[in-house]
Amino acid sequence: MTELRFADVTVRYGRTTAVDGVSLLVPSGEIVGLVGESGSGKSTLARAAVGLAPLGGGRITMDGEPVPLRGRHRPLQMVFQDPYSSLDPRRTVGDSVAEAMPPGGSRAERRVEVQRLLELVHLDPARADAVPSRLSGGQRQRVALARALAARPRAVIADEITSALDVSVQGAVLNLVRELRRELGLSILFISHNLAVVRYVASRVVVLRGGRVVEQGPTAEVLTEPRHDYTRELLAAVPGRGARRSRT
Amino acid sequence: MPPASTRRWSRVARTPLALVAIALLVVVAALAVLGPVLWGADAEAVDTGNILAGPSARHWAGTDNLGRDIAARVLVASRLSVVLALLAVAIAVVVGLLLGTAPFLLGRGRAGRLVTAAVNIAVAFPGMLLALFFAVVFGVGATGAVMAIGLAGAPGFARLVQTLVSGVAARDFVAAARVAGVGRGRILVRHVLPNIAEPLVVNATIGAGTALLSFAGLSFLGLGVQSPSFDWGRLLYDGASALYLNPAAALVPGAAVLLAGLAFNLVGESVAKGLGVEGLGIEGLGVPVGSGRWVLPGRTAAPGPAHAAADAPDPADDVVLGVRDLAVSFRGPSGPVRPVRGVSFDVHRGESVGIVGESGCGKSLTALAVTRLLDDDARLEASRLHLLGTDLRAPQATADRRKLGTELAVVFQDPMTSLNPARRIGAQLAEVATHHQGMTRREAAARAVDRLDAVRIPDPGERARQYPHEFSGGMRQRAMIGMGLMGTPALIVADEPTTALDVTVQRQVLDLLSAVRDSDAVALLLISHDVAVVGEVCDRVLVMYAGRIVEDLPAAELATARHPYTRALVDAVPDMDTDLDEPLATIPGRPVDPADVPAGCAYAARCPLADARCRAQDPALVSDPHAPARRVACWHAGEPLPAERAVDLLVESP
Ligand SMILES: Nc1ncnc2c1ncn2[C@@H]1O[C@H](COP(=O)(O)OP(=O)(O)OP(=O)(O)O)[C@@H](O)[C@H]1O
Ligand code: SF4
Ligand SMILES: [Mg+2]
Repeated sequence: MTELRFADVTVRYGRTTAVDGVSLLVPSGEIVGLVGESGSGKSTLARAAVGLAPLGGGRITMDGEPVPLRGRHRPLQMVFQDPYSSLDPRRTVGDSVAEAMPPGGSRAERRVEVQRLLELVHLDPARADAVPSRLSGGQRQRVALARALAARPRAVIADEITSALDVSVQGAVLNLVRELRRELGLSILFISHNLAVVRYVASRVVVLRGGRVVEQGPTAEVLTEPRHDYTRELLAAVPGRGARRSRT
Repeated sequence: MPPASTRRWSRVARTPLALVAIALLVVVAALAVLGPVLWGADAEAVDTGNILAGPSARHWAGTDNLGRDIAARVLVASRLSVVLALLAVAIAVVVGLLLGTAPFLLGRGRAGRLVTAAVNIAVAFPGMLLALFFAVVFGVGATGAVMAIGLAGAPGFARLVQTLVSGVAARDFVAAARVAGVGRGRILVRHVLPNIAEPLVVNATIGAGTALLSFAGLSFLGLGVQSPSFDWGRLLYDGASALYLNPAAALVPGAAVLLAGLAFNLVGESVAKGLGVEGLGIEGLGVPVGSGRWVLPGRTAAPGPAHAAADAPDPADDVVLGVRDLAVSFRGPSGPVRPVRGVSFDVHRGESVGIVGESGCGKSLTALAVTRLLDDDARLEASRLHLLGTDLRAPQATADRRKLGTELAVVFQDPMTSLNPARRIGAQLAEVATHHQGMTRREAAARAVDRLDAVRIPDPGERARQYPHEFSGGMRQRAMIGMGLMGTPALIVADEPTTALDVTVQRQVLDLLSAVRDSDAVALLLISHDVAVVGEVCDRVLVMYAGRIVEDLPAAELATARHPYTRALVDAVPDMDTDLDEPLATIPGRPVDPADVPAGCAYAARCPLADARCRAQDPALVSDPHAPARRVACWHAGEPLPAERAVDLLVESP
């Protein structure tokens, strides 16, 4: 449906270069995992794509057209890391979701749409009138996903969306991400520092270090036969791998 | 309004001072409305036979130079004084809002920066000086004074608004609205202003009190209200000229200004305090993971009830930490809440024990209890709580505290909040040694460098002279561990030490903890919500649910856990071998709210094996007859889970 392409993207904050000539492709209807240590520029790249960080060089395009950063039509949406900060505590869940919908339609129609979106992310539509403080972290993150989907995006960037969640709800959110791709054909750039999580959702992986891409390719290949030392280092760091270190 | 915020507001009116202030403000408001109606005629009645008289039965505050009753005039003046003050505040708020929100509306460009700079310069001028300047510009009189005081207050307000706005603007919900294409003006009205309204109202109230006083000042200088109108300041001015004939003529309006000013100020302050306005009034942030502070382990915990000295000293003397029936409770809105409900375990010398469980299950409270770092409002009970032979339930003698300080090390999740940002790392480490071990400063400084080296910080001598912000997250965490190693700890308690770190750094910290443990036979109590981390680092795992231990098993046997909750936790985490064709296992429902623990097994509502007995009777934690090292609390421990793996795994949580 839509491919999201970063071509030679550079982002500078003052004198530091946070993202340095990054090129990557999210093929139509696929999930691409973006991994790397903190400070490697993952979030900056995401923020540049949706206009929250200044683009210093290069192009970010959807199907060859620059990503629109003005006006109400925003086909590229982003979901943020911390579901406790990404929902306005004073507004109801329904308001937050409705706000992101394209303008137009009657009140009743918008309400029906909100309910459809909440159902899509497996929330009880009656939750539309709840304020975020009534929801668990996992439920909030699902609201954040519903809000992103409300804008009728063709591609979504998910920035560490499970790292603030308990492991017991992380699974539900990951299942949902996979299901949304399957059923809506969304192209998703999935940012995470957890390789096991990326392995589970993404068909391709891009490894970022110091603002540059050090390796990319199909997930199965990169994770089983890493070519770059840094990728190997990341793999070795996944908890539960390698020798248990307790004394014998 | 949701009930939560009603409750917050009712909290405001709880202190006696707040009640007095509110009562006073109501009186001032009533006078402002009714004063001119009730006493208007008296205030204008000229009594030529009684000019500049002192207090008498008819005129208890005396009369002015036309023989008018001063008391009546003070009462009548309430309206004008209050109205002028409110007008001035309104001007300050409106101009302040315009200037304060301008940088947000204008974006990061030059115009925005210019406004910010201008406000910063204006704030630097004393308010009264600005007011005098504007009073001269706008001319003598009530209008001029209102403009002057209003504009003089504006920069302060603008600064406040700017700070509050930028605080809210940094939050992700504003970013999300921008990504959705919502314009800046709309974002301001919908998301930013509602979230800063409370502190603004509070500060405007306080501002009204200040404006009252400023008016008195201007009028007193003759720059404010001109006769025949009169406000308190004008009465003060007139009264002061006859101070020696009738002091009451100046004192009474003076007192009125003071009381009314105080009423506004105090109401504002109490509201601020009651609502905790500094936090931007953002609710529902939940309990942070891990506790962010560094207290030298050595503080006395609230002693539990004096349990009969039931337990003799440890039989097996390799027990470093012995805990029996540990409970922690707090006073809740409706009766006591008990987030930890009877936890028993031992940690042996050199052993590493992990505690896992979902957020809110009581992991951190357990850690805080055994390190005696619980808040004062927490109530701790235990039939036994021994650390290295010291009973932690009783207040410790100084010598014992000192000993514990060197034998127990504590590492929290976020080392930035645990380290003092204003002191050099080396000095902070050294302090532990001078404080607890009585080393000299030189020895302590040398030991600090040595310990930084031990936790593999490169260039330790150099680094010891740096401040915490010059360290990366992983290095700070290592420095914290180094701090724990200043003594010769027998136990390290680490609460989510790697949650804030990314994988590679997490790996280094975990390796370091393991290495420390191996070389010195130090015991480790590691708290984490990540089964994978605990399973890798620890010998033994305690699984907590709703304030209890539900399973205690060797880490190597996690794969064959017998409690349905442990099995669900293990299954929920994807690893490098997870089947990609299946959805991930999830745990339906939510953890138990400690204020509302059900009867029977606390896990029953989420458990696929739950039956009537589970819902009625709480299973005790008992040793496995086949494997005495393992304990489990479940009526159906080890029974196969229903094959069709929960229902729809994505059904909404109740
Ligand atoms: N000072 C307090 N007053 C009242 N309740 C408290 C207090 N501190 C903690 N609690 C409650 O006790 C319960 C257990 O808290 P605790 O911090 O031990 O959880 P945890 O298992 O460490 O969770 P997390 O994984 O989120 O750190 C929570 O429900 C919490 O709300
Ligand atoms: S006791 Fe019953 S409800 Fe509780 S965990 Fe065991 S089977 Fe489930
Ligand atoms: Mg905790």
